[in-house]
Amino acid sequence: MNSDGLFLSNDILMSVEKPERYIGHEVNSCIKDPEDIRVRFVMCFPDVYEIGMSHLGIQILYDMFNSFPDVWCERVYSPWVDLDKVMREKHIPLFTLESQRPVREADFLGITIQYEMCYTNILQVLDLSGIPLASADRTWEDPIVIGGGPCTYNPEPIAEFFDIFYIGEGETRYRELLDLYEKCRDENVSREEFLFKASQIPGLYVPSLYNVEYNEDQTIKSFLPAKEGVPEKIRKEVVKDLDDTYYPKKPVVPYIRCVQDRVVLEIMRGCIRGCRFCQAGELYRPVRERSVDKLLETVYQMLDSTGYEEVSLSSLSSSDYTHLPELLDKLIVECEKRKVNITLPSLRIDAFSLDVMNKVEDIKKTSVTFAPEAGSQRLRNVINKGLTEEDILSGSAQAIKGGWTKFKFYFMLGHPFETDDDILGIGDLANKVAAEFFELVPKDERKNGPISITVSTSFFVPKPFTAFQWAPQCTQDEFIRKAYVCRSGIASQLNQKRIHYNWHDADTSVIEALLARGDRRVAGVIRKVYEKGGIYDAWSDYYSHARWIESLEECGLDLDFYAYRERGGEEIFPWDFIDIGVSKRFLYNEYKKAKEGLITENCRAKCNGCGAASFQAGICPGAISAPLK
Amino acid sequence: MTKIRVRFTKHGAIRYIGHLDVMRYFQKTIRRAKINVSYSGGYSPHQIMTFAAPLGVGLESDGEYMDLGIEDEKPDTKTIMNALNEASVPGIRILSVRVLPEDAGNAMASVFASSYEITFYDDKKNLCPDKQKVKELIDKTSALEHMIYHKETKKTSRDIDLKEFIYSLYLKDDDNDKPTICMTINSSSSDSIKPGFVMEFMCGLDNITLPVNSLQITRLDMFINNENGELISMGDIGAIS
Repeated sequence: MNSDGLFLSNDILMSVEKPERYIGHEVNSCIKDPEDIRVRFVMCFPDVYEIGMSHLGIQILYDMFNSFPDVWCERVYSPWVDLDKVMREKHIPLFTLESQRPVREADFLGITIQYEMCYTNILQVLDLSGIPLASADRTWEDPIVIGGGPCTYNPEPIAEFFDIFYIGEGETRYRELLDLYEKCRDENVSREEFLFKASQIPGLYVPSLYNVEYNEDQTIKSFLPAKEGVPEKIRKEVVKDLDDTYYPKKPVVPYIRCVQDRVVLEIMRGCIRGCRFCQAGELYRPVRERSVDKLLETVYQMLDSTGYEEVSLSSLSSSDYTHLPELLDKLIVECEKRKVNITLPSLRIDAFSLDVMNKVEDIKKTSVTFAPEAGSQRLRNVINKGLTEEDILSGSAQAIKGGWTKFKFYFMLGHPFETDDDILGIGDLANKVAAEFFELVPKDERKNGPISITVSTSFFVPKPFTAFQWAPQCTQDEFIRKAYVCRSGIASQLNQKRIHYNWHDADTSVIEALLARGDRRVAGVIRKVYEKGGIYDAWSDYYSHARWIESLEECGLDLDFYAYRERGGEEIFPWDFIDIGVSKRFLYNEYKKAKEGLITENCRAKCNGCGAASFQAGICPGAISAPLK
Repeated sequence: MTKIRVRFTKHGAIRYIGHLDVMRYFQKTIRRAKINVSYSGGYSPHQIMTFAAPLGVGLESDGEYMDLGIEDEKPDTKTIMNALNEASVPGIRILSVRVLPEDAGNAMASVFASSYEITFYDDKKNLCPDKQKVKELIDKTSALEHMIYHKETKKTSRDIDLKEFIYSLYLKDDDNDKPTICMTINSSSSDSIKPGFVMEFMCGLDNITLPVNSLQITRLDMFINNENGELISMGDIGAIS
């Protein structure tokens, strides 16, 4: 530790890019006296500081843990590649931001796992901390490594690296786990015994307590507890009443500009829509809203405690929040007084949202965004994206009349049951919007310039707990062919000069598919990639496709099995032991309906009996949570 | 709008925060402190705020200055100072708040010179000249008529005479084994030089190369140059109210 109480020397801090990533000391970061606490919990987002600091989930849990008098929660992020290199050369262990002490001294290392491509960074964090990569090799000298977040809904590819996974929303069960930990340490029980007891807590999955057997065709034959008393199924944890839970009143304010450089206000959880490719839409059911009163109280406290000049409303689909007009009316008035900007991502474009955008944003600077995800109505029905061509064209026409000239369209290529005609529909749709502009705005009134349309496509990755979890993914060659079809389709349009097309690369999409639907054997591939130097795979500059393909081959595994094949209706999936409320039967039925192009209504229009109502919360029939104020 | 000048420190861990982020830090601190700050017009209004010469990353300071436009006609400077300190992190302390006279030049445009104390980091001091040597080097330097230094920036490289931009240079008289060099040098937007230039030049006289990151630098204060050519602390301008 240097004279400023920092773990890294001045020499190192002056030699790396953005030393601010490693010094802590931010406004609202929590410092406690180690003498007063019993459990040190280190919370990690395995990516660079600016990404990790932008994550709301960690802020919520950081606030919750530090509200416990016996617990000190600190943060750690992946050191950037420059510091990573220095730490390896000089054998410097990874340290936390608050106490500037080694991570390995903590009782828990909690890692939030938000996307598959960060898996190698998990190994980076463990390795730099001096914690054995495999759970089996750890002792009480090491922290308990616990994972959470969306990727833990199929934790199997990273199962061997974790002692525990927390399945579901973190607000509900950590206190029980911490109490158990304190008791077990007092009683000097073994680490194994502690993990066994932890497996008894709802929502907690201890991978070492399960055995997997495989069929000759490599699919799973059985997935069973290795010990009596270990639950066969893990049911996700859900906060029933979002008005009666933790929310950070004093979020940590970073010095460097982060991705989210603003107050983030989560207005609801879950989504009523049920798009068949979307994992979040299933995982976060039931749909639960926060009350306007509670939101306003929270947001003003957060603005006061942080000094942020911007607030962003967050949810999967903000337009579906029932009280949006009321919330915005009040928020706009108060924010104008405070000179605070409001940003509204994930709004459906219609008269109401355009009116709001007009009030809070500069039309010249902002763009209007649509996410039709598929180019034809037929395919939008297949994926159950309840957005019609009429919705899009009337929304864009209103935006054009309102003075907007920049439009963004997001699509996915490679959906199940997609044909080339569906892909050509993308160019058609963009062209129609451009044509609307030239029709609606006479030449002498185009003061903001002509319309500019950006079409972006990404490649479809089948995810667990979606209707498309059975579906094959396209091969890379097929993806590239589809992008070419899309581009040619756009190029053949009358207004093609107004349409700019870009697409994501196909390499990472297939590896993402491998990691998303992989089983325990995939851990070997991740480990090999890491050993070959792979970190920051989510960053295209550091991603090496060759490294992944080589490692797959060395492990005797292939993408044909994990990504490209259609899975059978009876197949046992690696993630079947998790119960998210939504039943496998419901999802399979959705897959069949997709094949026939049949849509399923949204949750508010009609309950489709997905199974999430069993949580008795939110908008589901039979919910017993408090009525909205 | 009333203009106030805030003098603040930058010490400890937060010396690794770059200038732009210090500005961002103050934008938020001013909001947390509920200072009645003035805003520019337009769609994205920003606070009326200027800073004197930016401090390099890794340097500490007892004399940083920020000018702020506020809406109060008769501001209570003590209350503003307390509110800012309350909302601030420990490494940044507000030392004074003064109301500027209407004709005072803003911090950025009027800053002319900075005074520094420079010593060697403990882990590097054995590789650096000792106190006796430093004394000799300062004496040698002081006797020179010109100090031609090759200044390289991202865009240009040219020879400059450091002598024109050094207003004082001496060894601090203290009981420490480690030498502390005091200097006052130009920090104006047109002719500023860095303390490192002077140290490099002095050591070069005896063919000594300082190891990288060996200088521990603290800025003590910043000055304007008044009509009589005197250096006046930027913190002495204006009045407490």
